[in-house]
Amino acid sequence: MGCSCSCDKEKLFNSGVLTENRPGAILPPKELWETKKGGLVVIECPQRIPCNPCATSCPAGAVLPFKDINDTPSIDYDKCTGCGICVSRCPGLACFVIDLTYAPDKAIIKMPYELMPIPEKGQKVKCLNRVGEEVADGEIFAVAEPSKDRTLVVSVVIPKDMAGDIRAIKVVC
Amino acid sequence: MSKIVETDLLVIGGGAAGLCAAAEAAGAGANVLVVESDLHPGGQLVKQTHKFFGSKDEYAGTRGFKIAGVLLDEIASLGGKVKICCNTTITGYYPEDRVYTAMEGEEKYYRIKAKKTVVATGAQEKILPFPNNDLPGVYGAGAVQTLMNLYGVVPGKKVLMVGAGNIGLIVSYQLRQAGVEVAAIVEAMPKIGGYWVHAAKVRRLGIPILLRHTIVEALGDKVVEGAVIQPLDDNFALTGEPQKIDCDIICMAVGLSPSTEIFWQAGAKMQYVPQLCGYVPLRDKSMRTSNADLWVAGDASGIEEASAAMVEGRIAGFSAAKALGLPVNEAKFNDYWTRLDHLRAGEVGEKIRAGISQVFVSGWEA
Repeated sequence: MGCSCSCDKEKLFNSGVLTENRPGAILPPKELWETKKGGLVVIECPQRIPCNPCATSCPAGAVLPFKDINDTPSIDYDKCTGCGICVSRCPGLACFVIDLTYAPDKAIIKMPYELMPIPEKGQKVKCLNRVGEEVADGEIFAVAEPSKDRTLVVSVVIPKDMAGDIRAIKVVC
Repeated sequence: MSKIVETDLLVIGGGAAGLCAAAEAAGAGANVLVVESDLHPGGQLVKQTHKFFGSKDEYAGTRGFKIAGVLLDEIASLGGKVKICCNTTITGYYPEDRVYTAMEGEEKYYRIKAKKTVVATGAQEKILPFPNNDLPGVYGAGAVQTLMNLYGVVPGKKVLMVGAGNIGLIVSYQLRQAGVEVAAIVEAMPKIGGYWVHAAKVRRLGIPILLRHTIVEALGDKVVEGAVIQPLDDNFALTGEPQKIDCDIICMAVGLSPSTEIFWQAGAKMQYVPQLCGYVPLRDKSMRTSNADLWVAGDASGIEEASAAMVEGRIAGFSAAKALGLPVNEAKFNDYWTRLDHLRAGEVGEKIRAGISQVFVSGWEA
């Protein structure tokens, strides 16, 4: 019947874990994504809430303007430059940029980071999935503060085949 | 008890709603007195280190404590129209004379006579009854935020959070930012109550959210040394095996109830509305209550997000200024309502809309 599987997925989703593509939380089209230098935005915002900074802050107009402030984001991937402004502006920390062109087996993910300690370029970090499990080792490629508001955007080199799972880092000194 | 302070508009509560009401009314020319029971203005805003949702109009993307500063700057720019008295509590209202009794600190008492009043008294935290809930180490989420984000003191090493509404989720994240381990978040409902993105950001840091679970007991002799949690069935009855959680802090984020004592004293028409989390005054579109001298704004009108509280404050301040006979720009009123309607149009706003429909009146008889 497959019920237990979908029920488990629903339960997981209801506790804040993305289990599959949903409106407001879809992955970029594969062909474009794999060739787009600089990467493309991945937003995981599947609930209608009154919030629009991803759209209003996007300098490229890639996050399409909202008709209703409760809209979930939709993206024109042809316009996205992977700049990461939305990564730093999203109040829900739900925006990421993933560049699949970095190396044959490596990708770069830009993630929001608001914890201590602050990692440095070249530092090895643990990569966490959506439930905080350490699933890979990563290396810090860059640390930036695009909006000068103490939300850092960390660029991390990760195994390419984990790009769909890694959504946080753990910095160990 | 000799002094009587007179003002056009009294705003009770200097939080998100009250400061917006004061700024709006003063912007229209009113002389405003804000009384705030805390030692500083800003209410809950000053403890909010996360970025706010909403649109630019509600300072989306700006951290809460910065918004308090923005509102105080706006008030300062109005050239002395607004006086803010902190450490001052309104202790009573005598509607026949429109006189309030006020207590500044613990020894100075005086009276305030106000032509009009905006009541923006906010809310109080609810607590859960369970054995040993009076042990030191059992906190309300507001106290944890005050300790951490205002005074820079971590409450402990390892916390059990009770409640996965926005406050429970946000405070869990802030605890983690402060280096405190969050053992788990327990939530009685089958789904988180707060924004999904807030849950996602604590989940990916490895904080478990246990749905259909509750706390049944705090452990410890003199202070909290642990907690016992247990699953709940569909009828919220305990089921399954109790589980011991290792923690030295239990933080309750199980909801708020509107602070409405002034309205009861004023004899305003009140109604219990579950969706608004308690008794709230009936109000018309201007946020005026059945007592023609009193407006309501913010959590005192029903528990909602700070972004909505700020717009309600604008509406109440606008309307009180208009009732004082001051010239106002009617277009602003409609603009504020458009913003409020947008904020409430989402999934989480459904409950608010259902609640407000029960206490909304088309107008009061003159």
